[in-house]
Amino acid sequence: MQEEELRAVVIATLKTIAPEVEEGDLRPDRPLRNQVDLDSMDWLNFLIGLHEKLKVDIPEADYAKLVTLGDVLDYLKKKLA
Amino acid sequence: MIEFKLPSLGADMDEGKLLEWKVSPGNTVKKGQVVAVVDTSKAAVDVEIWCEGTVFELLVAPGDTIPVGTVMATLLEAGESPLAPRAGRGVGGEGPGPAHPLRSPLPPAGEGVIAGRRRISPAARKHAEELGVDIETVVGTGPEGAVTLADVELAIAAKVRLPKTAATPDKSAEMRRAIAAAMSRSKREIPHYYLSEPVPIRRATEWLAKVNEGRPITSRLLMAVVQLKAVALALKKFPEMNGFFRDGAFQPAAAAHIGVAISLRQGGLIAPAIHDVGDKTPEQLMLDLTDLVKRARAGSLRSSEMSDPTITVTNLGEQGVAAVYGVIYPPQVALVGFGRIVEQPWVENGALTIMPVVTASLAADHRVSDGHRGALFLAELRDLLQQPENL
Repeated sequence: MQEEELRAVVIATLKTIAPEVEEGDLRPDRPLRNQVDLDSMDWLNFLIGLHEKLKVDIPEADYAKLVTLGDVLDYLKKKLA
Repeated sequence: MIEFKLPSLGADMDEGKLLEWKVSPGNTVKKGQVVAVVDTSKAAVDVEIWCEGTVFELLVAPGDTIPVGTVMATLLEAGESPLAPRAGRGVGGEGPGPAHPLRSPLPPAGEGVIAGRRRISPAARKHAEELGVDIETVVGTGPEGAVTLADVELAIAAKVRLPKTAATPDKSAEMRRAIAAAMSRSKREIPHYYLSEPVPIRRATEWLAKVNEGRPITSRLLMAVVQLKAVALALKKFPEMNGFFRDGAFQPAAAAHIGVAISLRQGGLIAPAIHDVGDKTPEQLMLDLTDLVKRARAGSLRSSEMSDPTITVTNLGEQGVAAVYGVIYPPQVALVGFGRIVEQPWVENGALTIMPVVTASLAADHRVSDGHRGALFLAELRDLLQQPENL
């Protein structure tokens, strides 16, 4: 999967949880949950959405690595490689 | 004949607009069945019926806005035959029935044929006079249809909301007003007291991590579920935190139907109930919570979820605050808050350690309980969270 394609999937998944999100406003280097108001239920649903669309397994122990949008994209890239 | 009235949908919802009927005359209904959908300032609510019977007559039309307590339909009990239909409506209007509905919610002036004398409490009459409300237009929900002070307040609230300026009602402004009314009432009527307790949460976080380790992401549990279950179990020993304060007295509830404060993305919040939390496994609670949050955000809830919460739990830790001191949602008598999990220095068995700690707080109604009992309740909650495997 191309990087742009992956990014589009991640943003689309995020929008199912937080429809008000504007992609252009997201800073890839800032904590995602501070930029988008996501509680732990939203966050879990976001990860479940990624799991279902991309068929990747995301152990809970890895949650700590997923802080920024950049982290999420890097993590998924490695998982899909 | 059973009169089915629009049930209370929580302290901040005093009226609703009928969107559609899910039943027709002649249908038999079971307790808990969804019979209508009513739109409120917060959500489209599936209204459940509280009894069994056969639908006889629907008295409210889709599109009508009606106050809580309005008779929406009449039903026949098992074995009851429709001998006395209301004149002019229904089939064969020649029976010995009353010429007019006995209790129409808002009888037009001059047409108020009401059986017997209306009972109006002196306080209600005085309050109505002070505020310029015509007492004859107020629907009574007290004993034998008596008009109580609460009914007058309801009527005033409905009246205040009347000037709906534009053709497109501003849902979020409406919700703001509804929350304002309920919270003002809470602060006016309920003498709150507040307590808080730092709860070491290492055992619970480690237990949760272990439980979730072997599970697919779709069946993992959240800390919120562990906290809800602990609150429900603590309530078993402290029934004075669980129930309603109504008509000057506390009515304890048999089960813990916990209202979960859910923030809505477009603003505002709603706190619908998860029923019987004390009897459910963490897995079942997780399914219930996921479903409830999803439906609350989509604006589709059931009337029992709106009217049944016996206590509310709020978790503002998600937004990063260390502690939350809540406003009780009347007629409930307590609210439990959880803050963010913070790592802090902690002394355990005489040694200094770094401990993840969550601040649990209690806002409770001093008419029903005292700080001493509140403190014991929080201590019980703290102790329960040290044995997560028993939850």
